[in-house]
Amino acid sequence: MTTIPAPRKPWALTPQARVREVLLLLAALITSIALVQVTPLKGKLAYFFTFFAIYAAITTFSQYFTRGKAAAKDAFIKTIVVVGAVITVLPIASIIATVVSKGIAGIRPGLFTHDMSMATPTDPLTNGGLLHAITGTLTLVALSLVMSVPIGILTALYLTEIKGRFTAPIRFLVQAMSGVPSIIAGLFILSAVLYPITKSYSGFMGALALTILMIPTITRTSEEVLLLIPNDLREAGVALGGTQWRTVAMIVLPAARSGLVTAMILGVARIAGETAPILLLTGGGDKVNPNPFNGSLGSLPYFIWKSFNAGSPEAITRAWAGLLVLLLVVLILFTLARLLTTQKMKAR
Amino acid sequence: MDTAVKPHSLASVASAGRASSTTSLGTGLEARGIHAWFGKNHVLSDINLDFAAGSVTALIGPSGCGKSTFIRTINRMHEFIPGAAMAGEVLLDGEDIYAPGVDVTKIRLRIGMVFQKPNPFPSMTIGENVLSGLKLAQLKVENQDDLLEECLERAGLWNEVKDRLDAYGGSLSGGQQQRLCIARSLAVRPEVLLMDEPCSALDPGSTLRIEDTIRELSDSMTIVIVTHNMQQAARVSDYTAFFLSEGGPGQMIEVAPTSEIFSRPKDQRTENYVTGRFG
Amino acid sequence: MSQISGVTPAPRVLTTEPRRSDRIFQRVVTAGGLSSLVILGLIALFLGYRGFEVLKQEGLGFITNSDWSISTDDAGNVVESHFGLAAMLVGTILCSLVAVVIAVPVSVLTSIFLNFYSPQWLKRFLVAIIDMMAAFPSILFGIWGFLVLMPSVEYWAKLIHKYFGFIPLFELKPYIVTRSPFVAGVVLAIMIIPIITSVSREIFAQAPLDRIQAAYALGATRWAMIKAVVIPYGRSGVIGGAMLGLGRAMGETVAVFTVLNIVFQVNWHVLLGAGGNVASLIILKFGDASPYEIKALMAAGLILFLLTLIVNALANLIVKNTGKSGR
Repeated sequence: MTTIPAPRKPWALTPQARVREVLLLLAALITSIALVQVTPLKGKLAYFFTFFAIYAAITTFSQYFTRGKAAAKDAFIKTIVVVGAVITVLPIASIIATVVSKGIAGIRPGLFTHDMSMATPTDPLTNGGLLHAITGTLTLVALSLVMSVPIGILTALYLTEIKGRFTAPIRFLVQAMSGVPSIIAGLFILSAVLYPITKSYSGFMGALALTILMIPTITRTSEEVLLLIPNDLREAGVALGGTQWRTVAMIVLPAARSGLVTAMILGVARIAGETAPILLLTGGGDKVNPNPFNGSLGSLPYFIWKSFNAGSPEAITRAWAGLLVLLLVVLILFTLARLLTTQKMKAR
Repeated sequence: MDTAVKPHSLASVASAGRASSTTSLGTGLEARGIHAWFGKNHVLSDINLDFAAGSVTALIGPSGCGKSTFIRTINRMHEFIPGAAMAGEVLLDGEDIYAPGVDVTKIRLRIGMVFQKPNPFPSMTIGENVLSGLKLAQLKVENQDDLLEECLERAGLWNEVKDRLDAYGGSLSGGQQQRLCIARSLAVRPEVLLMDEPCSALDPGSTLRIEDTIRELSDSMTIVIVTHNMQQAARVSDYTAFFLSEGGPGQMIEVAPTSEIFSRPKDQRTENYVTGRFG
Repeated sequence: MSQISGVTPAPRVLTTEPRRSDRIFQRVVTAGGLSSLVILGLIALFLGYRGFEVLKQEGLGFITNSDWSISTDDAGNVVESHFGLAAMLVGTILCSLVAVVIAVPVSVLTSIFLNFYSPQWLKRFLVAIIDMMAAFPSILFGIWGFLVLMPSVEYWAKLIHKYFGFIPLFELKPYIVTRSPFVAGVVLAIMIIPIITSVSREIFAQAPLDRIQAAYALGATRWAMIKAVVIPYGRSGVIGGAMLGLGRAMGETVAVFTVLNIVFQVNWHVLLGAGGNVASLIILKFGDASPYEIKALMAAGLILFLLTLIVNALANLIVKNTGKSGR
């Protein structure tokens, strides 16, 4: 008779080791607080650095005496690496916390049903709302999507399906395009379309600039998705007597559908909060404007910018509320994109 | 159709009994002096081979001997690989499929292909998968439902999927998916079906089901199958061609009725391979 | 049966034309694919065309002088104008360099943490939020930086001046620390950390596993392995990522504008509250610029465009070649 032994992980930390780690952490925490209290050091910065310095010292020395020089160095570096990760995460946490705590004060029902046409920056928060900014941003996003999705997907198709002699240069240029500063996109539309042709601010001008910023994101994500479609499927389509065009339209693109949607979502996330070109091109009205081709169009970034620069306490609260809405939009878009990609992976 | 010029006149050896049992046997297919290159790399040298109408021909040989490359030259899938080149002629109905002005897509309609890994189209249901060839090639068919049932029936899949034609192809098992791919190829009514190691990704049970399907299909069409499995070649094929690469480009060492290849091969190298002395 | 003809024929030339629908498809897709080329070309062309007059008038002085003034008579005609970008260019470079100097070590440590120290669940979570942070609108960083971060950073600036003031770079004369290039650099650093992190994370993740295991098998500690295998492998990729971040930092507009005090005087002292930034200049002057000044802004845009294009191109070349040479 054989008995099956219980599975175990001899390499995992033992409970004693875990307790010791926690104790070391606590020790470092207490010493650092004590040190800051006693010495003239002060501030969050002082706590942050003394804590990590003491923790690094404690772990390094304990490793040095138990396991030697190499292990001590390893432990020291580990602390440094963790500090790096913490520094990266802290601003994100701070931004989200600040925006939520300050923005929540400005969120009220009227916000989503009124615009600012009858309200001034110093009016109490019960007057006016974000309606014009939200509808404006939606208009800008929709227009830019309509323009950038065909171009982005066609470019991605060129890179994955045609693979012509321009493949390498185009891939390079798309990369370069993704680094074009947003203000330059704005200036370009200003100089090439607004001044010589339309001569007036409108949502459409803003959407043109946003399209330039959106194309590289959509192209690069779509290219990655299309490269994941197994070549087998293309061959099967052609082997069934399909032309390249029909194979791409009927098999490749439908198979990549959810990935292409992800590409669009990421593109929208890229531009939803874009401010600089909007400031140059849209005029930023305070009233809901259903016509993106005529007259100034408000949008969330413009509204935030305007309120922030108005400077009154009410206006600043409005700006935070706008930022909160914007942040939520980006968060929702990213969650959607992520859900879509993980589902895709499960389906495989 | 002129049969006198065939380099290996296999039509004469084809089982006359079978040929007379069906009305339409499709078309003879001939490969003449086929060479293939990938870039500067000469991978296939001077293949002359006839595929008699209504026969099953198995291509066997060790990996890298050019079997798959050869099969892909027959329906012009070879040219999809960057840097690919070829020489020679493939005659379908006596006409060179590589001749200028030939509509490649029409050729591929007449010479269908089943791939190594089952590849149903992921965005389509089972039913849509079977009929996808019609849409791809923009063919009009009177009664699609009948065609759907007929193709699935011939591929031996009808009973298993008739209640869930609206399910996605990905929900089937690997063996079922491969039979779905066979059904998909049948819907455009090809005269020739090329199968590139169709069972190498499947378990033994599914493999046997597919072999049954192949035998049933051979009544009505010409089949060329690449396989690594010699028992499979022995079970399903009428003729077997042995390919080998001895350092240089792959060559066809020997072709003969299957029973002969496995019982009394003419070439020592064939004998070594089929008896498992190298491979 | 196996007769091999001695002569190998020449490969056939396949002359088959693709169907018309495929030709149209290929043309449409190629046209779409070339759009990036067209757009980039048009940007350079139009900014150059609009800014030509000013560039011609100022000549090389446009990038070596730092005056920015224009006076018009009552009819709106330009009486006198001086446009020079020197202070703005120096400021742009200074802010971006501060950003890169801060962001690169933090990003490298973060990506090492994510790849080699973090538990899987934490890694997945952190990668998700860091990627999301890369898409945060710049106005968010700007306002948060102005209202939340700036007071802290000014305090740090005072500390740096107190202990390192003897270094010329950290000089403070006069003693003004508000809205300095250092503050803008810190905000920019926070903005580009996600970009550099994600580039270096991907490069480090490609470090060959066999070499990593070989290092461990030789008894290396984790750090010794990273130093011996991962860092040599990823070094140039990190440099490429840093340049990508540099390009992004140089073109950033709104976030810098909110936290930087723009002064038309070349200033190399990072802690001093007098900076410059080409992109912010455009936002600052655009509102009430006369047509002729707009032309000067277009010329400034052209210079910024070319600058970021070059930095980005170099960055992409470096990142691309890392993947290749390492394998």
